Amino acid sequence: MSSASPLPRSPTLLGADRSDRIYRSLLTAIAFALPGLIVIILGVLFIEALPALKRFGPSFLWTSTWDPVAEVYGAAPMIFGTFASSLLALLIAVPLALSVAIFLTEFSPRWLRQPVAFLVELLAAIPSVVYGTWGIFVLIPFLRAHVVPPLKAVFGWTPFLQGVFYGNSLLAGGIILAIMIVPYIAAVSREVLLAVPTSQREAALAMGATRWEAVRSAVLPYGRAGLIGAVILGLGRALGETMAVTMLIGNRHDIALSLLQPAYTMAAAIANEFSEATTGMYQSALMEVGLILFVLTVAVNAVARILIWRVARGAAVGSKAL
Amino acid sequence: MKTTRTIALAALLCAAAPAAAQVQLNGAGATFPNIIYSNWMLAYNQAHPEVKLNYQSIGSGGGIRQFSDGTVDFGATDAPMSDSAIAAIQGNVLHIPTVMGAVVVAYNVPGVSQPVKFTPDVLADIFLGKITNWNDPRLASSNAGVTLPTQDIIVVHRSDGSGTSFVFTDYLSKVSTDWQQKVGKGTSVNWPVGLGGRGNEGVSATVSQTPGAIGYVELAYALINKITFGALRNSSGNWITPNLPSVTAAAAGAMKDMGPNTDFRVSITNSPGAQAYPIASFTWLLVHKTYSDTAKARALVQFIRWAEGDGQTKAPELGYAPLPKELHPWIQARLKSVTAGGRPVWKTAE
Repeated sequence: MSSASPLPRSPTLLGADRSDRIYRSLLTAIAFALPGLIVIILGVLFIEALPALKRFGPSFLWTSTWDPVAEVYGAAPMIFGTFASSLLALLIAVPLALSVAIFLTEFSPRWLRQPVAFLVELLAAIPSVVYGTWGIFVLIPFLRAHVVPPLKAVFGWTPFLQGVFYGNSLLAGGIILAIMIVPYIAAVSREVLLAVPTSQREAALAMGATRWEAVRSAVLPYGRAGLIGAVILGLGRALGETMAVTMLIGNRHDIALSLLQPAYTMAAAIANEFSEATTGMYQSALMEVGLILFVLTVAVNAVARILIWRVARGAAVGSKAL
Repeated sequence: MKTTRTIALAALLCAAAPAAAQVQLNGAGATFPNIIYSNWMLAYNQAHPEVKLNYQSIGSGGGIRQFSDGTVDFGATDAPMSDSAIAAIQGNVLHIPTVMGAVVVAYNVPGVSQPVKFTPDVLADIFLGKITNWNDPRLASSNAGVTLPTQDIIVVHRSDGSGTSFVFTDYLSKVSTDWQQKVGKGTSVNWPVGLGGRGNEGVSATVSQTPGAIGYVELAYALINKITFGALRNSSGNWITPNLPSVTAAAAGAMKDMGPNTDFRVSITNSPGAQAYPIASFTWLLVHKTYSDTAKARALVQFIRWAEGDGQTKAPELGYAPLPKELHPWIQARLKSVTAGGRPVWKTAE
């Protein structure tokens, strides 16, 4: 930075340049530290899971015995339970959340939009353990008295409603998950629908479509990718939810098709068993479960982001959804 | 008055030795004795302000891990360390029993007000899934005069690893060869049937909300929360309702099998005592045999000595069964063997 520099600059600009560079490298370091953290977490999980990976190999994914006494571990029931409870939750939550989002963007009077959106999003603020407690003392007795008997009367012949209803079950876990993910799906869907240009609606209405036909034929298809993204974000949350699920799902290492039977999820198993996992192999098996869960949720979230991003590219407003 | 004297004495001692340095002792482990340990540590610190005790109730497994790693000065556990775990730290550990606990069988049978009685084989077969209805004739035969309803039995067990599960499965392994071969004992086991509830509160909430449920929880938890529990037939053939005296009796009854040189890593379930409740257990403090820091070792031994003496009187009101008095000389002998820098700390402790 001598004065012989071919491009003379004022000292103040020089100083600004130096502090800018420091500032930039600092920000770059921080920005890279966060993705770096993910890599480190993945690395630690992998290293800790290595003994179990070596001992059980890929059969860890499809064997069902979980016996800490005999040191035999297989994660199939947890993988199954994680997916089953999350899919059940989606099955219940998606129609609810989409209805809320469509109502708020297309049909609601303007003065009602904010209060309803606020109340729905408030569901996301309730602590998980409160959901769990509510589930044990309100939801399960309600299911036992008013939901399961009529369900069994009508659909009792299907494999999904076999056996005695214990209370704590896949059904109870799935319903609580559904309630917990509705606000996320509804909020993102609402932003996606808001990002659909008004011209789309106007065009459909001008063609003589009713409001419902306009929503179905113009608005929803336009935002399709974003809506799928919203659903998958909800799925990502459901996969990793721990406390409320472990309080309601029954924590049983078993694969049963029936919604009335207890099940287990990967997150619940780790939360339950890690603190007392004293032997190396037990700990390592739980780490492998963590690794599977980590990879799954990262993959699911990545897909969701890509889908939403595709919508956002079309209409910049949609990026607010993220 | 006694406390004032103790405090006065402590104050005097402090005044006499103004150079007495602060000693900070850190411990971690079992959640079961957390209430009494916290209580003891507070009381001990009031009498001995120079000793600061800190206990984290992170669970028995975590306590063993941190004690073995040397991150805490003492550990605490509801399930004794295994031989391999002891070998891993070159045998540098003493198990010192502090109080006793028990596991009770809680149930929810609609319309039954008398306590339900369980024989050991019936209890094992319920948890093995062989007895599946409350109207089973084998249950009826030990419950004459009680009409048990036709209702499916729903087994509830702990889903988290727990010393309570260890004690319960240890008992079932002793009374049922079937259980021993198929399931075994441990803080987590492969339960043949049933639902998992998280913690004592999870099990008791599920039991109370599920008609026909049966589960197991700690005695202290059951007493405080007024949970209905059953009576068990012990190895002498007597029906025993779990309470603090019948738990203390379990340790007293098992003393003959232990012998004065015991390392206290003994299971006292299914104890031979006539009035012994069969699903009882010690909870242990884990103490190193040799320490490098003399001040710490001395303070720790002094604290445990106090807990085994005056501290025991606090146990019943907090829901813990005190140790039988006959056990104290054996515990003192173990404490006397603790050394720091090659010298025992017991004598210099005075």
